[in-house]
Amino acid sequence: MAGVDLTIVWAGIIGFAVFAYVVMDGFDLGIGLLYPGFPVGEARDQAMNSIAPVWDGNETWLVFGGGGLMAMFPLAYAIILPATYPLIIAMLLGLIFRGVAFEFRWRHPRHRKLWDIAFTAGSAIAALAQGMTLGAILQGIRVENNAYAGGWLDWLSPFSLLTGVCVALGYGLLGATWLIWKTEGAAQAHARRMAFRLGIATLAALAAVSLATPFLSFEYWRRWFEMPQMLLTAPVPVLVTTCAYMFFRSLSRQEERLPFLMALCLFLLGFAGLAISMYPYAVPQAVTIWQAAAPRESQVFLLAGTVVIVPLILAYTGWAYWVFRGKVGTGGYH
Amino acid sequence: MGEYFDAVLLARIQFAFTLSFHFIFPAFSIGLASYLMVLEGLWLKTDGGVYANLYRYWLKIFAVVFGMGVVSGIVMSYQFGTNWSEFSHRAGPIVGPLMAYEVMTAFFLEAGFLGVMLFGMSRVGRGVHFFATCMVALGTLISATWIIAVNSWMQTPAGYAVNEAGQFVPAGSWWPIIFNPSLPYRLVHTVLAAFLATAFIVGAVGAWHLLRGRANPGARKMFSMAMWMAVLVTPIQILAGDQHGLNTLEHQPVKVLAMEGDFEPSPDGAPLVLFGLPSKEEAKVRYELSIPHLGSLILKHDPYATLPGLTDFPREDWPPVAIVFWSFRIMVALGLAMLAVGLWSLLARFRGRLYDWSWLHRAAVAMGPSGLVAVIAGWVTTEVGRQPFTVYGLMRTSESASPLDAPAVATSLVAFIIVYFCVFGAGIYYLLRLMGKPPQQGEAAPPSLPHRAAGITPAAGVGASRTKGG
Repeated sequence: MAGVDLTIVWAGIIGFAVFAYVVMDGFDLGIGLLYPGFPVGEARDQAMNSIAPVWDGNETWLVFGGGGLMAMFPLAYAIILPATYPLIIAMLLGLIFRGVAFEFRWRHPRHRKLWDIAFTAGSAIAALAQGMTLGAILQGIRVENNAYAGGWLDWLSPFSLLTGVCVALGYGLLGATWLIWKTEGAAQAHARRMAFRLGIATLAALAAVSLATPFLSFEYWRRWFEMPQMLLTAPVPVLVTTCAYMFFRSLSRQEERLPFLMALCLFLLGFAGLAISMYPYAVPQAVTIWQAAAPRESQVFLLAGTVVIVPLILAYTGWAYWVFRGKVGTGGYH
Repeated sequence: MGEYFDAVLLARIQFAFTLSFHFIFPAFSIGLASYLMVLEGLWLKTDGGVYANLYRYWLKIFAVVFGMGVVSGIVMSYQFGTNWSEFSHRAGPIVGPLMAYEVMTAFFLEAGFLGVMLFGMSRVGRGVHFFATCMVALGTLISATWIIAVNSWMQTPAGYAVNEAGQFVPAGSWWPIIFNPSLPYRLVHTVLAAFLATAFIVGAVGAWHLLRGRANPGARKMFSMAMWMAVLVTPIQILAGDQHGLNTLEHQPVKVLAMEGDFEPSPDGAPLVLFGLPSKEEAKVRYELSIPHLGSLILKHDPYATLPGLTDFPREDWPPVAIVFWSFRIMVALGLAMLAVGLWSLLARFRGRLYDWSWLHRAAVAMGPSGLVAVIAGWVTTEVGRQPFTVYGLMRTSESASPLDAPAVATSLVAFIIVYFCVFGAGIYYLLRLMGKPPQQGEAAPPSLPHRAAGITPAAGVGASRTKGG
């Protein structure tokens, strides 16, 4: 293992964990956002039942991403979290409401409406807070003496609001396409209509964020629009266009799985774009991944387990999805 | 500086509040997951009957408890960064990997198999379902081991070096970091506490329904199983607690002296202070009621052994004495009461009156929350007793906090208090509602997921009962 830069390896693993979280809990949170649009009763039960057995595992990637960041890039963790304090707290509270709603809504018939609202509101708050956290990181964080040196509302800006909306729309798109796959009948038809609208909205928001990012700082501009880096960055918008075309075509052909897969591809491309913008910073323009990295002993110790355990996790998570494969039935809860 | 101190105090209150609320749920679900594993094992072995009904009965409760544990737990994992960023930065290279291992080996395992455990009864075979239950139970125990390793390292740090950035880093092997001096004692004490807390809740629910009808086979079975746990595990737990105390005396004497209320050194043997009002300012226990030499007998197993006093140590290293003194007494008193109920049930059992003595049942109902209260009191004792340090003797709490303004922390603290009381208050109400229903023949599983079978034949015998609930 000598000679391998474990800091880059770990940046990749944490990036993977964050991406796994974003797409997996992304469709859970997206369903929460779309939930009020579904008629009360069967369609809503279908929507929620399609994620009830898997949401907990999906959310665990958030804990892995956060815990991994603390373990492997403690300085970045110690700067980003205080800098985005109100956003993180809001996200945590949103996730509490969303998470308990799955069980609580069955526990008292008269309270169901209340927990359905909590499900949507919690999902919306968490999605917006996550998107705004992304914006706050991209736009830069004031760092002095290895610590956050700004105020408690520095994260709030037009740009972070824009990324918040963009991520929420994207989650909605993932949720809608997931429901095309997992439901049928009226619920599926509604999901298809929503997927079309959200596809347009997400692409528009993505374009707005992409246009705004290079203007945030000189560094981003140079990275995206100067030769020879442009040879690396130019394919990203081309691929996004291709994905978008295939997405709308699959929708109009009434396909059931391809829209979800294309939405995943769009997220993957967005993520690649972020990686291009951020690298090699853990906190943009302030702390590089090497400055933030934990010592090599910690990197080796955690990596040894990760290379064995994460494939196992992926295997049994895949099995759990397979157990609950197929359409969510229409028979409701009595 | 004054305002900064306020922010630290607020952050401490927030951590204590969210952690105390959180730990109720894992303490219950560690015990309940193992109990469900036993029930399902017996169900498989005896082919149904009362165990199948009890499994489904407690599975509904487990689903609610586990969900609350998950969402309140995520708060904890992020609070290290939001509120204790200096601690995270400096201790992250040591505690971070341990917590990441907890996520990988425990949280994913629990979450991955929980869906099948809760909703998969009709979609997988019974053996596979039992395997899923075992994996969830195993996950809770693995989780406890890692997080206790983290906490124990903060109490009795070992195997570390300090690098030029001021960070704690592994000095070489990870073995002494994980198996630090207090880990074995703390782990045994915590897991047994979770088992006992669950046993007393199960016992209380059984007793409650026995008081309403002594013939209910589910109520009889759960009460009997819980009382066996009470009588067998409580003495082991008291022994484990004693050993844990000796370990603490060796590594954190100040904490033990605060628990005991020993301000002055006792060269000829320390008394056991039963009650009194400890005053940190006056450095003495007012209105002290004590038994001579018993303190040394308990702590040193020798009535005349010398014990130091708090005044032997710098005052700035003292924890808040009164809190530690009282929380310790609450824990011990509840432990003794649990032992008494266990012995009482043993007497009733030998007389063949376990299901008949209604005063025993009333006592068991009253003792229902005792285990959870004792767990919280115990954690207050050890965590407040660690003060004024986060990493004992090495890093002070005042150096560990995030550079946040007090209004930010005050706002989040108020938000947590409101949300926790509303959400978890509702959750506890739903739990009590579930527990208030007697276990029945043909008990329903948790609210089912009516998936259209994709080429799967539902397992015989369990499919029919899955669509009813709540």
